[in-house]
Amino acid sequence: MDTRPDESDVTQPTLGPLGMMRWAWRQLTSMRTALFLLLLLAIGAVPGSIWPQRNIDAGRVADYLASHRSTGPWLDRLGFFDVYSSSWFAAIYLLLFVSLVGCVVPRSKIHWRAMRAQPPRAPSRLERLPEHGEIEVDGAPEDVLRVAQAVLESKRVLGRHSGLRRWRIRSTDQPEPDGDSDGKSSDGLWLSAECGYLRETGNLVFHAALIVVIVAVAVGHLFGWRGDRILVTGKSFSNTISAYDTFDPGPWVDTEGLSPFTVAVDRLDVTFEERAGGAQRGAPRDFTAYTRTQISPQAPQVNQILKVNGPLKFGGTSVFLLGNGYAPVITVRDAKGQVLMSEATPFLPQDANYKSVGAIKVSAASPKQLGFFGFFLPSEYLDKNAGPSSFFPDLKNPALALGVYEGELYPQGRPQSVYTLSTEKMTQLKNAKGEPLRLLLKPGQTAQLPDGRGSITFDSVQRWAGLSIRYDPGKLLALSGAVAALLGLIASLMIRRRRVFVRVRPVGRRTVVSIGGLAKGEDPGLGATIEDLLRAITERTGTKV
Amino acid sequence: MTNETLSQYANLGVYSAMSVFTIAMIAFAIDLAGTAPKVSSARPRKAAGVAMMLTRLGGLLLIAAVAMRGLSVHRPPLGNMFEFALVGCMFVIVVFVAISLRRDVRWLGLFVIGPVLLTLGLAITVFYTDASELLPSLKSVWLVIHVTVATFSVALFTIAFSVTILHLVQTWLESQDRQDSVGMSRLRTTVNTALPPARSLDRTAYGIHAVAFPLWTFTLIAGAIWAEQAWGHYWNWDPKEVWTFVIWVVYAAYLHARATTGWTPRAANYLALAGYGCILVNYMVVNVYFVGQHSYSGM
Repeated sequence: MDTRPDESDVTQPTLGPLGMMRWAWRQLTSMRTALFLLLLLAIGAVPGSIWPQRNIDAGRVADYLASHRSTGPWLDRLGFFDVYSSSWFAAIYLLLFVSLVGCVVPRSKIHWRAMRAQPPRAPSRLERLPEHGEIEVDGAPEDVLRVAQAVLESKRVLGRHSGLRRWRIRSTDQPEPDGDSDGKSSDGLWLSAECGYLRETGNLVFHAALIVVIVAVAVGHLFGWRGDRILVTGKSFSNTISAYDTFDPGPWVDTEGLSPFTVAVDRLDVTFEERAGGAQRGAPRDFTAYTRTQISPQAPQVNQILKVNGPLKFGGTSVFLLGNGYAPVITVRDAKGQVLMSEATPFLPQDANYKSVGAIKVSAASPKQLGFFGFFLPSEYLDKNAGPSSFFPDLKNPALALGVYEGELYPQGRPQSVYTLSTEKMTQLKNAKGEPLRLLLKPGQTAQLPDGRGSITFDSVQRWAGLSIRYDPGKLLALSGAVAALLGLIASLMIRRRRVFVRVRPVGRRTVVSIGGLAKGEDPGLGATIEDLLRAITERTGTKV
Repeated sequence: MTNETLSQYANLGVYSAMSVFTIAMIAFAIDLAGTAPKVSSARPRKAAGVAMMLTRLGGLLLIAAVAMRGLSVHRPPLGNMFEFALVGCMFVIVVFVAISLRRDVRWLGLFVIGPVLLTLGLAITVFYTDASELLPSLKSVWLVIHVTVATFSVALFTIAFSVTILHLVQTWLESQDRQDSVGMSRLRTTVNTALPPARSLDRTAYGIHAVAFPLWTFTLIAGAIWAEQAWGHYWNWDPKEVWTFVIWVVYAAYLHARATTGWTPRAANYLALAGYGCILVNYMVVNVYFVGQHSYSGM
């Protein structure tokens, strides 16, 4: 039977808009909500590791969308390819951020007051506390209490359990600030001590430092930028937007005011694993770029070595060596032998053995423009299924495998990748048998193109360095925040907040000391501390055990 | 340059450590099984004594194996999954032996040696990678700092995981009705005498987690510093970074749940188990199957 009163008769107290807001704020800043949001954050972060992300590898996202035509667009709409910039992920961490602020601010106020307050009076029945110990010693109660105070003040006596501990002590002699009686007559002699305020301080520092980290990340996003540039050895580039292959500035970056340094790569040394077998064979072992740099056009040139773990620094801007590959030097001539184009063309590696893809665009060819598309293979062999392939990443048997197109290279002048041909307005050249024409060139070799279209020569191979240039003004702030968070965390987990109360009462000529202890959270060492205190008091009062 | 002979000796060290650990595990099991009929504290625990001795011996063999592996490749042996597993197991044993010097943790032996043996077995068969040099991005002092601390905290999380499981089992047994079947009550008596009470198990698990969590935080920070040096960004949501972060958040939730009234220790401990599940995913799934910049499994 339902014994509850009929609710329709009860007038529910109504919450006004202010009350509702206060209620919502309480809910948001409660520990339960914070915990829920934390777990949600963990779950929300996972999809970004499962599905490819645009900010890391846009190419893989495109591949995924191409091969999952039904689910792909839906996942895209839900932000699964941009998890960490999606609105729902932002919602989780912003709510958590608000919850964090709403928790840290009031707790700081309370802690500030507690830091300046005196420990509470000793309760009258210490044996009811979680930890308690009693002992009988020689001496008058007043003297014994003074000894107890001295023991607490000299933390050395407490041995290894005390560590960072400094007790704040209040005794019977000190009356309440509000003028309450000192209780000597009614309450007996007592002492209360508290330590470990740093625990809460550490806890607050930890949470506040997390806020600093989040702010630092935001600063990096707003004022930071990154750019990538493929630089063939022997060439140089200067730090202006037009010099970048890709440039990705934050919304508040002054793109005109980049620091005017230049970097030239003279040589790039690359070594690969030759000895080990299995999956390790061909694994990269060392990349070293020998560079000449200038911090500004007037400054002297400096020779610097750029390695994978050793970026170049120009003020707050750093230059990283993130990739490398091959740039075959190719010369294309017309039928009369006149050079139409001659340059090192970077090819992009596609696999661990540097099978690289690229395109050579000869816009000077006439009457129709010429385009070559295909692979560069550092160690060429002919695979039955995959066609020309590479068996090792270093130059053991370099070769170019190309197909030839003619027509219009840049239809409607649309921008396009330099590594692919847009063949919609082009036709592929055929050989005498009517099959698509395929060229296989070794360094030094020249191939004649059919019907007097000229020739193509593979002169030599150069390497290129993939440089990534970044500027993040928030990173030092983020590091300081993270270190502060770590220190705060250690303090809050390792320091114990304890209260110890001492009461003394006379028994004949001797005195009974009673100590009770109270801790915040788990504190398995509290009992030992009380035993230590009792032992020290016994020794100092000269009591024979 | 690698020294093949030395790496062969290292593998030999792993195999001999595994044989010693197997005997130690059996001895620990005999010790636990023999607890029931007698009163626990007074009885001589010969089997446990033998097991502890063998654990130390196996630990020494493992340390030797790690050292020889490192010498064979002239670098800290922290470059691929086989080496992470090896060093992780070494840390588990070292921590266990260190705790055993100060406290009686013979009850924990079986539950530490078991996972270690399993991991070593997987390491030498599935994860095995020939001794070889490092990838250029790994050649940095941060390898030693970041990966050593990461492996060490995983070792602590592993021990904490074992204790947490024992706590949940003990809690469950303690909550069972007293009037149950004979088999059940006998099981309860065995476990009760073999293991510390649930409250003490819980406190131990919490204590280990409280040490491991700041170490994991350090791992995260050191990793970010290294990423900034090697890749130019301190945080880029690479799959490994994502999972390191997820682990951090789950264990942070565990610590918060411990501090919140309204969460029982048991509920909070489920969070700790989830955290360890994430560690396993981070090690076994992310390294091998996910595409990212931390693809150093060597497989």
